[in-house]
Amino acid sequence: MKDLLTWLGSLPPLAQIPIIVGLFLAVATGLILLIEVAPRPGRRYTVIRLLACLLIPGIAFFLLGSVWWAIAVAIVLGGLFFLLDYRSKEGKGYVFALVGFLGPAFILLVIGLVYPTIATIYNSLLSNRGVFIGVENFVWVFSQEQNLVVIRNTIFWVLVVPALSTAIGLAYAVFIDRSRGEKFFKVLVFLPMAISFVGASIIWRFVYDFRPAEREQIGVLNGLVTLFGGDPVNWLQQVPLNSFLLMVVLIWVQTGFAMVILSAAIKGVPIEQVEAAQLDGTNAWQRFWNVTIPSIRPSLIVVLTTISIASLKVFDIVRTMGTAYPDTGVIANEMVTLLQKFEAGRSSAFAVILFLLVLPIVIFNARQIQKSREIR
Amino acid sequence: MTTSIVANPALPESAVKAATRRTKQRLTSRGATAASLIIAVLWTIPTIGLFLTSIRPEVDTLRTGWWQIFVNPTFTLENYENVLFGRDSLLGPFLNSIAISIPATVFPLVIASLAGYAFAWMKFRGRDILFVLVFALQIVPIQMALVPLLSLFSRGFSFGGDALLYEGLRGAGLFSQVWIAHTIFALPLAIFLLHNFISEIPADVIEAARVDGASHGQIFFRIVVPLSLPAIASFAIFQFLWVWNDLLVALIFASGPAAPITRALAELTGEFGQNAQLLPAGAFISILIPLVVFLALQRYFVRGLLAGSTKG
Repeated sequence: MKDLLTWLGSLPPLAQIPIIVGLFLAVATGLILLIEVAPRPGRRYTVIRLLACLLIPGIAFFLLGSVWWAIAVAIVLGGLFFLLDYRSKEGKGYVFALVGFLGPAFILLVIGLVYPTIATIYNSLLSNRGVFIGVENFVWVFSQEQNLVVIRNTIFWVLVVPALSTAIGLAYAVFIDRSRGEKFFKVLVFLPMAISFVGASIIWRFVYDFRPAEREQIGVLNGLVTLFGGDPVNWLQQVPLNSFLLMVVLIWVQTGFAMVILSAAIKGVPIEQVEAAQLDGTNAWQRFWNVTIPSIRPSLIVVLTTISIASLKVFDIVRTMGTAYPDTGVIANEMVTLLQKFEAGRSSAFAVILFLLVLPIVIFNARQIQKSREIR
Repeated sequence: MTTSIVANPALPESAVKAATRRTKQRLTSRGATAASLIIAVLWTIPTIGLFLTSIRPEVDTLRTGWWQIFVNPTFTLENYENVLFGRDSLLGPFLNSIAISIPATVFPLVIASLAGYAFAWMKFRGRDILFVLVFALQIVPIQMALVPLLSLFSRGFSFGGDALLYEGLRGAGLFSQVWIAHTIFALPLAIFLLHNFISEIPADVIEAARVDGASHGQIFFRIVVPLSLPAIASFAIFQFLWVWNDLLVALIFASGPAAPITRALAELTGEFGQNAQLLPAGAFISILIPLVVFLALQRYFVRGLLAGSTKG
């Protein structure tokens, strides 16, 4: 496996695509074929199932480079699984098919998200040398003034960005609703969604650019300021303002997202309700507030939570725009910076704090989904 | 001619109604139109500014603002030439981005549609709780998973130091770590979106197939995959854009010769002043492919976003 990947890595980048995709699709097709034939009745298929249960874990562990007894354990577990499946209530092969469908996703999620989350929580209690030090990393986080600024900034991000992008997106969606050229107007605001945060940051660097007063400005913002006779400002050095200017970049990206979702929701508002309100002699503002807003509430929640999570995780913008500028740090960026300084413990402590900040949003959303699944 | 006359009588009433409604709307919302125009302009100017900067000669860019191009038009493609074939060429990272994005789009799609089917149409104990848990994973900050995943990749995994379970991927392949990381991080959202779509397939269709003796494998291949192609397409676009635009995963897992264009650009911005003239053209090349993909397939992309939102 490792040799195969090493060989693959030595090819030109574009040549790697068909090979790896082809290999992957071959494996996936094999899996689906197996799911397909295995549950059939008859001794032949029982044998196929048994062989699959024994060979797949064995080969998988062999390819991963395990020691021999690990491979043996895997094969024994495979055999046990065969028995479990054989005596399954739903019929032979049902559990087999179920594991075939869910197994790959399940294994990857456990390796890549569940295990790391648990490991990070544990790491946050260790020093850099791996010695258990309790909550000392958290004490460090909360005792440094610089870190408190970072946490404060993150909280500002998660309050300001969702509110402003949703408000602007909603206003825009309402304004252009059923107007001429609506599609075109939508594309204009939606376009930044396709641009990477790195690209967006570079775009906005040129907006905020600053030159000393005696030279001609090349940034739009300072260009406007000097046009009206003001003195050019070094925007990204102004302390409370610079964080906000970085937020503008994320707002610029996320407004399109809010606008598209809310626009679709507005179109779903029953026209009878709007007309009934019109007959009652309400004005446009009252109709918006009392008819439109309540009926698009679910979409508003989705938009707000999605953007909140995006702003909690924001990292690229701060990194590409403002590492050199004072007091602009956010948790997500601080984590990576600490990691690159080999401060895994402190970085993990920040990760745990970020996770705690996200947790209420997770719980809220999980509840919503559970509700919608119960309705089904 | 005759047909239009025949067709006409039906027209006027509705046409007049629509016309009055439209004028009414336009009259009442003159301020709104102005506001939306302002927003549209504000949202477009930064990108246009970057584009115009990228096609101006370097000397002019350093001396005057890009809006001077309207007063004193000077165009050049030199910047693009430098970015693609110059000393710090971005051509390699650009190709890397393609080599990373395409497999990292295919892998999670296949794995997630399998899982989405099982969550939607197979019965097993604890299904709903498991599904909510998978959704909740979506909101685990990726940053949290990076450190352990990195050590898993580079050191492998063993019990108690000597019982090696898995030897690690250190030095194996150029992109293997990035592919795996992107696949894993995409799964929760992919499973959620595809499940939403797959579970909307009418139960009658699935039941009928089952009565006819189709197994789960057949139902998946013959019915579910063809019927959910729109959702699969929309997620493919979503995932492609996400991977192409990603910096975080690239920063941790794709170093040196494997670096994609986002990382290469981010490193350029770090070198103060150095190579600054490469940035506009480089940034424009990096946003070219997502823009084309996005504009060409916009409809599917929006549909995918909505599929995720109406249910959540």
